[in-house]
Amino acid sequence: MNIVVCLKQVPDTWAERKLNPSDSTLDRESVDGVMNEIDEYAVEEALRLTEAHGGEVTVLTMGPEKAAETIRKALSMGADKAVHLVDDALHGSDAVQTSYALAQVLRKIGFDLVILGSESTDARMGVLAAMLAERLSLPQLSLANKVEIDGTTARIQRQTDYGFDRVQASLPAVVSVVEKINEPRYPSFKGIMAAKKKPVTRLTVAEAEIDPAKVGLAAALTEVTGFAQRPPRQAGVIVKDEGDGGAKAAGFLAAQKFI
Amino acid sequence: MAEILVLADHTGGEVKKVTCELLTLARQFGEPAAVWIGSGAEAGQAKLAEYGAAKVYVAADGELVDYVVAPTAEVLAHLVAAKSPAAVLVAATAEGKEVAGRLAVKTDSGVLTDVVGLGDGLVAEQSIFGGAIIVQSRVRSGVPVIAVRPNSTAPVAAPAAATMEPVSVALSDTAKAAKITERVVAQRGERPDLTEAAIVISGGRGVGGAENFALIERLADSLGAAVGASRAATDAGWYPHQFQVGQTGKTVSPQLYMAIGISGAIQHRAGMQTSKTIIAINKDPEAPIFELADFGVVGDLFKVVPQLVDEIEKRK
Repeated sequence: MNIVVCLKQVPDTWAERKLNPSDSTLDRESVDGVMNEIDEYAVEEALRLTEAHGGEVTVLTMGPEKAAETIRKALSMGADKAVHLVDDALHGSDAVQTSYALAQVLRKIGFDLVILGSESTDARMGVLAAMLAERLSLPQLSLANKVEIDGTTARIQRQTDYGFDRVQASLPAVVSVVEKINEPRYPSFKGIMAAKKKPVTRLTVAEAEIDPAKVGLAAALTEVTGFAQRPPRQAGVIVKDEGDGGAKAAGFLAAQKFI
Repeated sequence: MAEILVLADHTGGEVKKVTCELLTLARQFGEPAAVWIGSGAEAGQAKLAEYGAAKVYVAADGELVDYVVAPTAEVLAHLVAAKSPAAVLVAATAEGKEVAGRLAVKTDSGVLTDVVGLGDGLVAEQSIFGGAIIVQSRVRSGVPVIAVRPNSTAPVAAPAAATMEPVSVALSDTAKAAKITERVVAQRGERPDLTEAAIVISGGRGVGGAENFALIERLADSLGAAVGASRAATDAGWYPHQFQVGQTGKTVSPQLYMAIGISGAIQHRAGMQTSKTIIAINKDPEAPIFELADFGVVGDLFKVVPQLVDEIEKRK
């Protein structure tokens, strides 16, 4: 079974994240890039599935040169090879455009299963799995907290507000996983060394047969018209509990008409 | 006046509050037309009328709810083609955003998610990077598909006809590719939905164990609130993951958010920073959550919370 895991390099949550004043795109230069946290669960799930059923794990990322660091991490976790879609023409692509570009690459490289993290920690849209399923006309097995493969059938538990749905589809399919589906492994020393020799294919927009008129900031279907730092919240009242902390909190709730 | 399609969120014929919020927003930009997928539209009609839906497009075919997301997107795409609406609004829930994503691809339109406000020209306000930056953005191509966060606006009644119009869409095979074979409902009592609730009470590492979440639930029930949990609490297995508030969980924006035994790391703040009023209870006076709090109590939650529950009960 050949699995492609789509990865995104994102700015470290713990750093101060910024937008570029010139074009309102994400400032990827001034902060450390890390693998999107939920994508680690996607890589882990892919590794577990191929360990159980055989096959290969390919990781795919679209991003600037720097995103190679994220590819390397996935390879050191145990993925077999990687595809890096890297081209200045892609800069500033929005979600719809990104799904188009990734779908083009996925068609080219082929797969039985595509696995993504449910959302990225930077844009947090949570739309890409649905968009890829739509573009590739494949089953959408998203928000999975459990994945099982049985021959050519995939079964997942789709996390919902009320619990979960059991969902079933035939392969090939697009899966997105939520955090807590598994415990991602740490790269071992051996894994880190082995990663250096694993093949990474770099693709340009032209090589991936992506229409350059359909990607990038100028062709984006959405635009940022302005942004500003959120004004800091006004300092609140902090009291030390002297045996009356609960009563004081109740007093605040009453004054604010919550009770 | 062009229509604004509003995808109705409903369970058991009951219209969710977020739908009333979306109808309220939609009225500023056109004539709101609700879209009802599945059964129960008759039961929901009065509420949709109360909040200004001129029409209700009803796609009642039972098959539509048997598959993941795709059928809803097909119904909406059909209506976009047939009615040329000025925009489509959906609730920015996990599923609502997936519907929005598929619809945007189908109609070659721009999509904005997690919108917290809409202004002239459908310019959307979003709050990004854990609430640190406020962004204005707009869709410049296709029919704007906009996913709005629950609690972004107060629902205001403005009665309209809510004329029902049946819609029939022959589903494509692709839309029937991911079949829902069973819906499993976890027993969580009568509490409101986390993302919709006016009040959210969340517990974190300081709660100390699964059994102690009963205290958080008691406080929540005294206020008719939803219960949330920090990542530390869900990682420890004290509370289920679907209740996790934070960057890799739910984002909530209630009138009142109470963080109990939660330090307030950026991971958590990303999910609750836009709450209107924030109360924190934590024994560590240096906990970053106090920087956000409108009211904070530095103390032992096992002393403060029971007293708070008693006081709330007394004042009822």
